[in-house]
Amino acid sequence: MTLTVEHTTMPVLGRLPVHSSRAEQIAHIAEAAKQIRIQDLKLVHHAGAGHIGGDFSAIDILATLYGAVLDISPATVNDPERDRFILSKGHVAGALYTTLAAFGFLPVEDLATFLKPLSALNGHPNRNKVAGVEANTGPLGHGLPVAVGHALSAKLDVSLRRTYVLVGDGELQEGSNWEAMMAASQYQLDRLTVIVDRNRLQQGATTKETNDLDPLPEKAAAFGFAVVEVNGHDHGELLDVLSAVPFRPGKPTFVIAHTHKGHPISFMSNNVAWHHRVPDAAEYQQALKELQ
Amino acid sequence: MTVLETRSIADQPRYDCRDAYVETLAELAEADHRIVGVVNDSVGSSKLNSFRKAFPDRLINVGIAEQDMVGVASGLANGGRIPFVSAASCFLTARALEQIKADVAYSNTNVKLCGMSPGVAYGELGPTHHSIEDIAWLRAIANMTIIVPADPIETAAALRWAAASDGPVFIRVSRMSVPKVYAEDYEFELGKAITVRDGSDVTLISNGTVLWRALAAAERLAEEGISARVLSMPTVKPLDTDAVVAAARETAGIVTAEEAVSGGGLGGAVAETVVQHHPARVSILGFPEFAPTGSAGYLLDRYGLSAEGIADAARKLVTTGK
Repeated sequence: MTLTVEHTTMPVLGRLPVHSSRAEQIAHIAEAAKQIRIQDLKLVHHAGAGHIGGDFSAIDILATLYGAVLDISPATVNDPERDRFILSKGHVAGALYTTLAAFGFLPVEDLATFLKPLSALNGHPNRNKVAGVEANTGPLGHGLPVAVGHALSAKLDVSLRRTYVLVGDGELQEGSNWEAMMAASQYQLDRLTVIVDRNRLQQGATTKETNDLDPLPEKAAAFGFAVVEVNGHDHGELLDVLSAVPFRPGKPTFVIAHTHKGHPISFMSNNVAWHHRVPDAAEYQQALKELQ
Repeated sequence: MTVLETRSIADQPRYDCRDAYVETLAELAEADHRIVGVVNDSVGSSKLNSFRKAFPDRLINVGIAEQDMVGVASGLANGGRIPFVSAASCFLTARALEQIKADVAYSNTNVKLCGMSPGVAYGELGPTHHSIEDIAWLRAIANMTIIVPADPIETAAALRWAAASDGPVFIRVSRMSVPKVYAEDYEFELGKAITVRDGSDVTLISNGTVLWRALAAAERLAEEGISARVLSMPTVKPLDTDAVVAAARETAGIVTAEEAVSGGGLGGAVAETVVQHHPARVSILGFPEFAPTGSAGYLLDRYGLSAEGIADAARKLVTTGK
């Protein structure tokens, strides 16, 4: 095994007490995001594989959700009334595992097995092997329908539990998302929040060059969603928006989080080459320096 | 023996299995609040109007959107519900195949997939609406259970079993009317063949709408002095390999007959077993091509899935010997 304990030394941060101030929560999320990025960089560098661009695009969203929004903890990971988070862009599994480790769902040392033979930490998440994973995603366009199904179950149960799903923007080219959005609107699933990681890059090009999604806010609104746009790297904005849903009673929420792939690393940020490139030794050191 | 039982199976009253389906689903839903129906606008074609009336909130209609339908079912299962997805088998299995693989089988969610009007039930509507590939496709997916009931009694029994089991299940529910093959007290047992007629010269293995035709074939063969064993194989996956190996060992050969493609379905499963455990002659009856225009009954006859077609395949095995 090439990855040793020295590469998996992130602190377990857990959750702040519920009465913490907004400033304390934002500081907590910021620290979590920093630690998750450092650990994720190590993970990808040492595993020699992963999707670091998309990981770094999504980490502030993940840190905000797990750090201060979702009503879920390692103790309630199987509680039927827990909030659900579904990672639809399953290829950023490394970011999810690292986030789960940061908040105590997964032993930090388990990260050392990432992508190794027989590891529970596959390149795409498996709910049957990793506590805290809700759906086996990877093929795109799957998470949103599953989230709609869960939100429907909560509605049938007359439960206040919430459902959050993170989708990539390129992923919205899959028609199944729009099928699911119509159903979410039809069933007035206002405790469902779709978060779009709007980094405007897909595997090899911009979304605009490939199959333009814009006008995305208007499209989501036309499908019956309350639409909010945020800076997807601003913890305060993310915290305020993600904790405030629903914005309109009877309407599901569509949060367009404007992000950059590879953020905040100077040579990765908004650079399409970093979809699944692995940093070499020099790049690794440079990125580590920038994060610290 | 009652008067009914002395008549040929072919002359007995026929039933639409969808009636048993909806009756049983309502009974299960009444007893267990977790049970919900999920449809792709297929309320009428699944005969679920009465279910919708009885449980208006528990029949979730996502509209004509199969990928969403199966994903939604997976999410409902995540929330503790037991979804019975009910849709024309052709669209359910083809349009949502990746959701069946990833969201149901690989995720191991407690979703019951009910493929309505499978095989060539839609007859003249043609190959776009035929679902002869469903079993072969789903057989290739790990962690998937495949059940093909032969009559209303087995349809109801399989549904009850599925509701009580935890995990992915695919059940075919035919609209083509069939006679009752089983006694009313029949209980479904997963992965077990049922010897519905004993015999020693040749074995006929079948399920679904073709099983009674295999029984009718055995009646004809008996008149000619050929003793045909008829194995009902409602569970295509996991297959009862012991029953198949015993048939290969004890009789001159095996004829499989199913309302599906002739490669990769029940016949394929039987052939894989025989080849690996006790090589024997196997004759596989099914559809080797896109079917031409014709009613379901016409198409079954045309491809040898009639009493005479199945008997003929059996005769060939017996006369050419072991």
